Parts: sequence; structure tokens; C-alpha cells
Amino acid sequence: MKTKGFAKHYYLMLVPGFVWLILFSIVPMFGIVIAFQSYNPGQGVFGSEFVGLETFKYMFTLNDTMNVFYNTIFIAIMKIIGNLIVPLVFALMLNELRYIGLKRSIQTIVYLPHFLSWVILGGVLLDIFAYQGPINQLLGMFGMEPVLFFGRADLFPFLVVGSDIWKEFGFNTIIYLAALTGINPALYEAAGIDGANRLKMLWHVTLPGIRTTAVLLAVLSLGNVLNAGFDQIFNLYNPLVYSTGDIIDTWVYRAGLLNLQYELATAVGLLKSVVGFILISLSYYLAYKFTNYRIF
Amino acid sequence: MLRSKSLSSRMADIVLITILALVALTCILPLWYTLSLSLSSKTAAAAGAVALWPVDFNFDSYKQLLQDSQFFKSFWISIQRVVLGAGLNFIIVPLMAYPLSKTVKDFKGRNVLMWTLIFTMLFNGGLIPLYLTIKGYGLMNSIWALVLVGGAQTIVFNIILTINFFRNLPKSLEEAALVDGAGPWYILFKLYIPLSIPVLATVSLFSIVYHWNEFLYGLIFMTREEFYPLQTYIQQLVVSVDPSTMTEDQYKRMSELSNRTLDAAKIFIAMIPVLLVYPFLQKYFIHGITLGSVKE
Repeated sequence: MKTKGFAKHYYLMLVPGFVWLILFSIVPMFGIVIAFQSYNPGQGVFGSEFVGLETFKYMFTLNDTMNVFYNTIFIAIMKIIGNLIVPLVFALMLNELRYIGLKRSIQTIVYLPHFLSWVILGGVLLDIFAYQGPINQLLGMFGMEPVLFFGRADLFPFLVVGSDIWKEFGFNTIIYLAALTGINPALYEAAGIDGANRLKMLWHVTLPGIRTTAVLLAVLSLGNVLNAGFDQIFNLYNPLVYSTGDIIDTWVYRAGLLNLQYELATAVGLLKSVVGFILISLSYYLAYKFTNYRIF
Repeated sequence: MLRSKSLSSRMADIVLITILALVALTCILPLWYTLSLSLSSKTAAAAGAVALWPVDFNFDSYKQLLQDSQFFKSFWISIQRVVLGAGLNFIIVPLMAYPLSKTVKDFKGRNVLMWTLIFTMLFNGGLIPLYLTIKGYGLMNSIWALVLVGGAQTIVFNIILTINFFRNLPKSLEEAALVDGAGPWYILFKLYIPLSIPVLATVSLFSIVYHWNEFLYGLIFMTREEFYPLQTYIQQLVVSVDPSTMTEDQYKRMSELSNRTLDAAKIFIAMIPVLLVYPFLQKYFIHGITLGSVKE
């Protein structure tokens, strides 16, 4: 084949993209040295004094950061579980629906929240769950006292998890539905001849047919254990719920950019990045081992 | 299909449709409520009298919104950001995906470059180093900070989707073109790109939605309100809570003090571009996602 000399064209094609990524992804990575310095904004990264692991030692003595790590993992794990199960159940129900037009309309509607930002949905949710909002009106009809939903630290993590599942379940059904269409129709026919009803077909044909996809998604979600969702929480929280709702990313934002504790915020952010990187790499490795999946 | 059409099966259908319709309704109602709120009178909104339908129907909040020049400035900034960001994404993605879709046999440097790319996706230096880097580049208050920082963080995923799509294209096409003496640029632009509309539409949709929805970089890289993109504007003026709110009463009073009908109008207008874009790209993104991510 006449592909000799193509390589230099390939490199040429890659140059603009790599320049972009080097300047805006790789160069900022070097800023992590701030975590090991007593950072002085006047002298910058090169002039500041090196202090080793001081900031990290300090970090682990703060109750604040320990609480933030706990909140992050708690919220993230609940989200992972909910975001695996709810879309699966919804996809199975959609799959049972035989009216194609109706099926497609429902799909279009449930994809919608995925495409809206947490700024918008945060505004909408705060209105709906407001002290005088429709949810409290509804509760009032049943004679219940109004609840200050987003001001209650005990409710906050569950509102966050619930609203995240609500936002994403529709979009997350896409992969499951693709797997469901991949099941050989002959299997259903054979099961029908054997006298299986719908429930039996679900159990013996449908579920085994999407097992690989479900396992794959579960393994890949391991990489999200430290991602509790900055955008969402940033737009829903307030000081009343910091005790249960403050997560690593929101804490880093406030510590670094509002209180100007650059070293501490960088150190916490770096710890998150490193652990997150290890978890994602592990999840890719496991996904490859168990389901032969490769990201590229 | 041999599925039975017994009475119990039909009953199951009715139950199924009811549940699915109710779930789909929960995706629409919150947005509908926001629209109703924006069309109600201030007093009705403040008294919590609005439920499903506007109370004292009027367009006052939209008239008031027309007076808010910053809203339109921010709207325009967001439009520019989407055009630049999605445009750049549309050019760079195929340019990088094509060489990287080659095997090591055809393109020696491929694996090293691919792993570098994956690394930039999985690891980052955190918020503070990023902030200091952009400040160092002198890009504060520049729209390019929004376009380039956000773009660099989302483009790798888009490239991977496109690589997987390219790899699923029949090899014989490229071989035939090579026999005819076509070069790499010709093959990419005249062969691959025209055949890859589903995946390019998908990654463009992702890029458009991302740039429209992203608010954090507007908040940290723009020091003055006049440079805020729309989501940042809404985040700051509508959604965010004064960090000094420490008691439940203060939190309750805050929502009473705010102009809820005007806020709802702003939120609703900000939703419209997304509502207009995603349903039309639906057939592409389902196709693009499943072909790009699920491999047999």
C-alpha cells in the first residue's frame, strides 16, 4: 500500500490539537508543586519556598477536610448505585413497550434534563422545593408542616442524589437500550415456544443478554468514587448544609479562590486527582479483564 | 413476534404505560412550573399561590427582563463562546482522530501520543494551578479562557468517540482510495468526514451543550460581571446563596426577598437554546454514542 511518507502528514494533523492540550491541560499540571511550597503569589511557583509535605500533614489534622472526604465518598457512592440501577429498570420497562411512537416520545422527554445545566436545574429545584413552593403546598394538602428542604443538613445528601438520578437516568438508558436491541429476537421466539411468559423472558433472556453491559458500566463507575458532582452541589448548597453537603471540589473552590489558601486547596485537589486517576486506571484495567472492553 | 396478547399481558401494558408516563412527566413538570412562575404576578409567586398554571397571567417579568442589558450581553457572550468552542471542536476532533485511529503498524508514534491524550483526560492539576496558569497567560477576562480551557477538558472524550467510529468504517474504502493514489488529507476530508456525520454531530452537540452550560470558568476567569457568560450571570444573580447565610430564618427570607418571577423568566430563556437543539440531533447522538462506545 502506498502509505509511505504518510506519518509526517499524520503528525501535522496532530500539531494544533497537541499544542492546545499542552498549553491548557499539561502546563497547568505543573502547578501542583504549589502543594509542596509555601506559596507566595508575588514570587510565583519558581520563587516560593519548598516545604515538602507540610501542607499534607496539616491537611490531615483538619476536621474540615476529613468531613469533606467523607461527604464526597458517601454522596458519590449513592449516586453510582442509583445511576446504575434506575436507568436499567427504566430501560427494561421501555423495552417492554410495544408502541414505537410512544416509546420514542418518552425517550425524547427523559433525555431533556441531561442537557440542562445545574445552574438552570439548581434554580428550578430551589423553586420547587422552596418553603412556599409546590412540593410544600402538596404536603400541606395532606396536613403536613412545610419543610425547608435545602436548608436541612439531614436531607441534603439525599436530595442531591435523588436529583442527580432524576437528571441523568434518561440519558443513561441509551447504553442499556443499545444492548437490549442487540439481543437476538430468535431467543424470545424460542422462549415463547417453550411457553415462557413476559416475566420469564425478562429473567431468562433479557437480563442475561445485558449482563455484560451492566457489569461493564458498574466497573467503569468505580472511577467516579471521588466525583460527587461539583456543579450540582455548588448550585444547591448553602452554609446550613455544609456539614453534610460540602464536598472536596466545593471545599477546594472556597478554600483556594475565596480564602486564598492556595497551598491547602492545591494539596487537597492534588490528592483527589491522584486517587481519582488510580481509580479510573484500575476501572479500565478491570473492565478490560472482565469484559474485554477497551476505551479505544 | 410470538408474544402472547392475553388479558393479563394487556393489563401489564397499561400499568407499564402509566408508570413510564408518570416518570416522563416528572422530567417536564419542573420546567413547566418555572414557565408558569415566570408568567404569574409577583404577589402570587411570593405568596406561593402558583402551582401548575400561572396566577394573574402577565408578561411583566419578560418586559422587565428586556430592560436588563447585562442579561443580553451575557447571552451574546455565551453565543460567541458556543460558536468558537464548538467550531474549534469540530475542526480539531477529526484532525486528531484520523491519525490516531491508525494502527501502530501504519503510524509508529500512535500509542505514545494516544496515552498522552488519555492522560490529559484522566489527570488534572486541580482548580488552583489551572487558575494561576490562565492568570499567567494573561487570559483573565478573555473569552478565549472560556473557549480553550473548557474545550481542552472535553475534547479528548470526543476524540475517542470519533476514533472508535472511524475504526468501524470499512477498511476497503480507504484501501480503494489509496489504490487511486489519494493522500491522507484527501482521505480524511473527502472520505472519512462525510461518512462520519453521526459521530461529528454527536460530538458537536456535546460541545455546544457543554459550552452553553458551563459556568465555573466564567466565574473564576472573569473578574467583572460584564464579561460573564449567561450561566455564570444566572448563577451569580439568581441561584447562588450569600455565604453569610447562617440561620434558617435568613435562608427562608432570602427566597422571599428575591424576585422569583423575574428569576424564573431568566431561567426559562436560558433553557430555550438547549430545548431547540437536542431533539433534532437525537437520532444522531444515539447512533453516535452507541457506535462510538459499544464495540462488539
